[in-house]
Amino acid sequence: MIKVTIDDIEIEVEPGTSILNAARQAGGEIVPPAMCYYSKLPGTGGKCRTCLVEVAAGSTADPRPMPKLVASCSTNVMDGMIVKNKTSERVHENRGGVVEFLLINHPLDCPVCDQAGECHLQDLGYEHGSAETRYEEERRTFEPIDIGDTIKLHMNRCILCYRCVEVAKQLTDKRVHGVLSRGEHSEISTYIENAVESDFSGNMIDVCPVGALTDRTFRFKSRVWFLKPMEAERNCDKCAGKSVVWMFGKEIYRVTGRKDQYGEIETIDNKTAWICNECRFEKKDASDWNIIGPRSINRHSVISQGKYKTNMTRRIKKLD
Amino acid sequence: MKNRKLLLENVHIPGIETFDIYRKNGGYRSVEKALKSMTPDEVVEEVKKSGLRGRGGAGFPTGLKWSFLAKPEGVPRYLVCNADESEPGTFKDRYLMEKIPHLLVEGMITSSFALGANTSYIYIRGEFMYILHILEKAIAEAYANGFLGKNILGTGYDLDLVVAPGGGAYICGEETALLESLEGKRGNPRMKPPFPAVKGLWGCPTVVNNVESIAAVVPIVNDGGDAYAQTGLGKSTGTKLISAGGNLVRPGVYEIEMGITVEEFIYGDDYCRGIANGKKLKACVPGGSSVPILPHYLVTKTLAGEDRLMTYESLADGGFASGSMLGSGGFIAFDEDQCIVRNTWNFARFYAHESCGQCSPCREGTGWMEKVLNRLEHGQGNLRDITLLEEINKKIEGNTICPLGDAAAWPVAAAIRHFRDEFEWHVKEREVSQTRNYGLITQPSVEA
Repeated sequence: MIKVTIDDIEIEVEPGTSILNAARQAGGEIVPPAMCYYSKLPGTGGKCRTCLVEVAAGSTADPRPMPKLVASCSTNVMDGMIVKNKTSERVHENRGGVVEFLLINHPLDCPVCDQAGECHLQDLGYEHGSAETRYEEERRTFEPIDIGDTIKLHMNRCILCYRCVEVAKQLTDKRVHGVLSRGEHSEISTYIENAVESDFSGNMIDVCPVGALTDRTFRFKSRVWFLKPMEAERNCDKCAGKSVVWMFGKEIYRVTGRKDQYGEIETIDNKTAWICNECRFEKKDASDWNIIGPRSINRHSVISQGKYKTNMTRRIKKLD
Repeated sequence: MKNRKLLLENVHIPGIETFDIYRKNGGYRSVEKALKSMTPDEVVEEVKKSGLRGRGGAGFPTGLKWSFLAKPEGVPRYLVCNADESEPGTFKDRYLMEKIPHLLVEGMITSSFALGANTSYIYIRGEFMYILHILEKAIAEAYANGFLGKNILGTGYDLDLVVAPGGGAYICGEETALLESLEGKRGNPRMKPPFPAVKGLWGCPTVVNNVESIAAVVPIVNDGGDAYAQTGLGKSTGTKLISAGGNLVRPGVYEIEMGITVEEFIYGDDYCRGIANGKKLKACVPGGSSVPILPHYLVTKTLAGEDRLMTYESLADGGFASGSMLGSGGFIAFDEDQCIVRNTWNFARFYAHESCGQCSPCREGTGWMEKVLNRLEHGQGNLRDITLLEEINKKIEGNTICPLGDAAAWPVAAAIRHFRDEFEWHVKEREVSQTRNYGLITQPSVEA
């Protein structure tokens, strides 16, 4: 075990742990935000630069500070490393810069976006963004496209985190989905708009931190904060069948994977509990599922800054 | 200073691109010497002694880079030559490969032997397709004469050399993006660490070197590292290819011995012979588009009033406040009729076009800078924009995966630092700025 200090909190972790994961082990305020890193998908991370932290001392052996801010998701801790996240003015400033960059081409169409209320960019903008934009130019735009019957792609909202590309690479058998063009004009696309057809393609929706990939069977049906999330399970021969069903009354509006506080699919029985497309898109009847009980949503979302969480618990309790 | 040539000495001999003529003029001596009378470690030692620094732009000591190469048992090692020369203003490698291709092939064989690589690659920019054919012809001749293939010169050393063309993306000149591209993937830079010396091409230890660095191994092995270190000045050893462009009387590729003055290089009879059409020098970018621009009063003299020399150290004298970098040797001179705002916009447009789009600061920031500079240049900017550009710069610099973000930020930051008046003039005199150029700036009496 090696020792690392993050924002004056000392943590003991296994060698080879990234700074971000070390911070997550301690939990709380010292955890840097991550828009592209997804611990369940190897190969993600390093791209969005929101998790930048300052390394005030590299290690006990070499205590020099690192000159540049480093991406905490892809930098491993060293014994005696001292990291500053919340306590660093530089981090605060540069993270604000990254958020500004992410937002300049983002449409800010939250009022009509299905992701609103569970959007990581919304949270990030709330915590690190500024109230006004300095961007006077025209925003980059694309037409929304359907990738298959069940997934809608709004490229305008995409922050190019590459998570869905990794889902396509790692969970589906035939990848027809990736990034076209480069620079500002990069876009997520399926090869010549081929439909994504795979039993696990729906997980792209779960990993998308913004509203770029949304569930066509749920679009515009309801705002997420009007629904009550319930843990549910069913016998499925393709996946573990452990999900969260989002209900209004006795009706299931949508099905998602079980996400933890960082928005990542939980590990159940040592396996990441990805759900299959049948569970996600076709099982929308309460009788399809064994509903276990209310799912607590532990998120620091914009919506939950007010009454989201308390209201939700109260309503769930009433139902019991 | 006497100008010694180590790389381009024989370039004007007719037929030097063929094996026979090249061989007659002392070619492939370094291969014979290294393979027959030296161990790989001895070659690395000579390169270390020579003080050769990477000629691709960063100036990292080549010998040191070679010594970092991991050598696990049973894992192949690779040498990759970076011939993806696409920095605006830089065209030295193209000249070398076109005129004297066997020099690169010879350097590749000697260097591969030193590193213990049995397959080596020359990754060449897609636009240089005609040079690819020149190199392939040279390689075929080397195979036919027993300098490549199995059991080279009967020494038991095997080497295959492959030329692989890229698709023409600037980003593929970044070493890890180059490796991705070489593996057949999208050319996105990789996260570092691990560095290529540990995990490079196909996960194996790899060294990536610039064309000129590899070519310089030939005179180093022929004459010894100490002799090479005696040319040049201080830590800037040897000779450097400089591709001079812009408003010069005689632009072109020059091999200079490091340590000549910038003044001699611009005005000297052996070199560029001054500014074209009797104009005055306004500014100069000494090392390719990504290094900071220098105003005329800082080109030939440093801030302290010393002569500026063509060395890594002297060009960087004063840091970014009053210095620049030798970079890849893409020397661009601007005369008094050139518009710095327009030029900065042009550079920014290049970087916005070439950003791979992987990490947010570079993807969004380069595009944003290009749009703001476009407005400024076309008389639609305001004074706020100049501050905004500085702020965007600060947020990109150092926060990206690869150095392209820095390369995009530096020229804009430097242009505003030294030519702020001209930027402001584009805002205050919108209409005039569309009809004529600002002209020469005056030297500030007190440096900020």
